[in-house]
Amino acid sequence: MRYLLRRFGHAVFLLVGVSLLAFTFTTLAPGNYFDEMRLNPQIAPETIAALRTQYELDRPLPIRYAHWVSSVLHGDMGFSFAYNSPVLPLLWVRARNTLLLTITAMLLAWGIALPLGIWSAEHLGRLPDRLLSLGTAALMVIPDLALALGFLVIAVKSGRFPTGGMVSLHFESLAFPGKLGDLFLHMALPITALVLSVLPLLLRHVRAALAEVLDAPFLLAAEGHGISRRTLLYRYALPAAANPLISLFGFSIGTLLSGSLLVEVVMSWPGLGPFLLEAILARDLYVVIGGVLLSTLFLIGGNFLADLLLYWADPRIRTEASV
Amino acid sequence: MKVSDNDKDMQPLVRVENLMKSYANRKITGQCEEVRAVDGVSFTIFPGATLAVVGESGSGKSTLALCLACLEKPTSGNIQFEGADISKLAEKERRTIRRKIQLIFQDPASSFNPRWSVLEIVAEPLALQGSLSRDEIRLRALALLEQVGLSPEMERRLPAELSGGQRQRLAIARALALEPSVLILDEALSALDCSTQAQIANLLVDLQSARDMTYLFISHDLAMAAHLADEIAVMNHGRIVEQGPPDKILKQPQTEITRELLAAVPRMTFARPEAQ
Ligand SMILES: Nc1ncnc2c1ncn2[C@@H]1O[C@H](COP(=O)(O)OP(=O)(O)OP(=O)(O)O)[C@@H](O)[C@H]1O
Ligand SMILES: [Mg+2]
Repeated sequence: MRYLLRRFGHAVFLLVGVSLLAFTFTTLAPGNYFDEMRLNPQIAPETIAALRTQYELDRPLPIRYAHWVSSVLHGDMGFSFAYNSPVLPLLWVRARNTLLLTITAMLLAWGIALPLGIWSAEHLGRLPDRLLSLGTAALMVIPDLALALGFLVIAVKSGRFPTGGMVSLHFESLAFPGKLGDLFLHMALPITALVLSVLPLLLRHVRAALAEVLDAPFLLAAEGHGISRRTLLYRYALPAAANPLISLFGFSIGTLLSGSLLVEVVMSWPGLGPFLLEAILARDLYVVIGGVLLSTLFLIGGNFLADLLLYWADPRIRTEASV
Repeated sequence: MKVSDNDKDMQPLVRVENLMKSYANRKITGQCEEVRAVDGVSFTIFPGATLAVVGESGSGKSTLALCLACLEKPTSGNIQFEGADISKLAEKERRTIRRKIQLIFQDPASSFNPRWSVLEIVAEPLALQGSLSRDEIRLRALALLEQVGLSPEMERRLPAELSGGQRQRLAIARALALEPSVLILDEALSALDCSTQAQIANLLVDLQSARDMTYLFISHDLAMAAHLADEIAVMNHGRIVEQGPPDKILKQPQTEITRELLAAVPRMTFARPEAQ
């Protein structure tokens, strides 16, 4: 339990740290939302000054931070200048879409990487394994952006896939299975791009981790008890190789999330990516901070999940932590 | 323990004929070099008897053990177990044979899953039988631990938290869980100090009489082999160079290898329990 508490403490600490940093950097950055208003002759300087005071842009940093924290605790996360509304509800709608993309991509990527990596490790050094290694190496050197753009080109050229958005215009008029199909069609390309961007990394790690334990004498001993090869691989070898993979799982959440923001922008998926980009360009301060914080929260959540898994999977950590 | 003469017409439990196992070792130059780890070995073991295989390092003892335990496929030759050839069986049938011929590995520490507790390690083969409830498995596992002299308080420990002797006992308990008819002990005592060696040796003798077990005892210690076995086979470079009852091997060694192995034995009188 101490282990988990400590991990939780780390998470909270990290969150506070990131929020402080995000706050400082975004306010230190030159310009703010109201600078552009100033160029507009129709808005009186007094109005802008009034707005600045209303949004406390002129107060010292610590006070603004304190106010922001209290607004976070109230579930607002500050106020968006551009949308004239609290930040959290705005963010949440986009975050849901981002999560839909990342979680699906995550499940798919691991769902492919595990069996394929295990199979590859079992046939280590033989032709199919070598071909697979070659393929992953090739995929690794393609940047995510090129991958996403490539799929966008495919979408445009083939005309079979929508080139952006999450649902079609006539979505509301569709029946339930039609809605699902429409969503699938829109998700297909962004997801493929995302999966392909992390798959090589996962595959290589699964293969390496398994190859390392596959020679372990205790697996031979288990085989000596008359256990089938399949059980041996999935129930004995995989758990034994799990520790680095679980850590990789936490890490892959981060990679997928940042990859997702990029893919969303390229494929105009209504997630956090385009929303944050827009907010950054408009200097919509609290939206940017909120977005950064939310992404950090997902990251930390993913890593905490990985820690939980690790705790559950490895009794050695449990005993280590209890003493 | 000792097979008396009127049992000679009994069916052997294990009959190995002209067993050969070669590995292709890839050299740095890229060429493959054939290593004959076991090179034409034949012997028989009768039920309830102990055959000791003695030889220096690299003579092919562990390879022989792996072939017998169905964990390596022999290159040629055959292995009969309970009258049937098991060396050329399909994987599925080999799996059932494996349960009856249990191997205790040369390095017991690494033969345990480092994440499993003592109880889990012994329970695993019991659970494989599929017919036992959780409580039954637990009870049986604890009984096995007791039988090999491990106290029930150790059930929660991890293998890394055991002493060498305790690990050896654990390995024996785990092997016994499947109720094998043959137990292969690959250098089971070599890594232990003298008094622990004696304790485990006694445990093996007790288990054999209690369960009517058949042992293949692999060692480089001729004295211990003579103490435990009814017959000793001396291996060198993958072949059996000399075979016979312990007294004969000790008193009239026929080959240079045996004499060398004898010279390595610390001088002491061999307190061999006289046969019934
Ligand atoms: N998997 C393998 N691949 C290639 N060569 C092997 C393999 N296993 C064993 N050998 C070779 O076969 C020979 C016999 O090895 P083995 O392990 O059977 O010897 P051993 O008698 O058990 O030795 P020790 O007393 O040191 O345990 C050695 O020369 C070894 O290098
Ligand atoms: Mg050996």
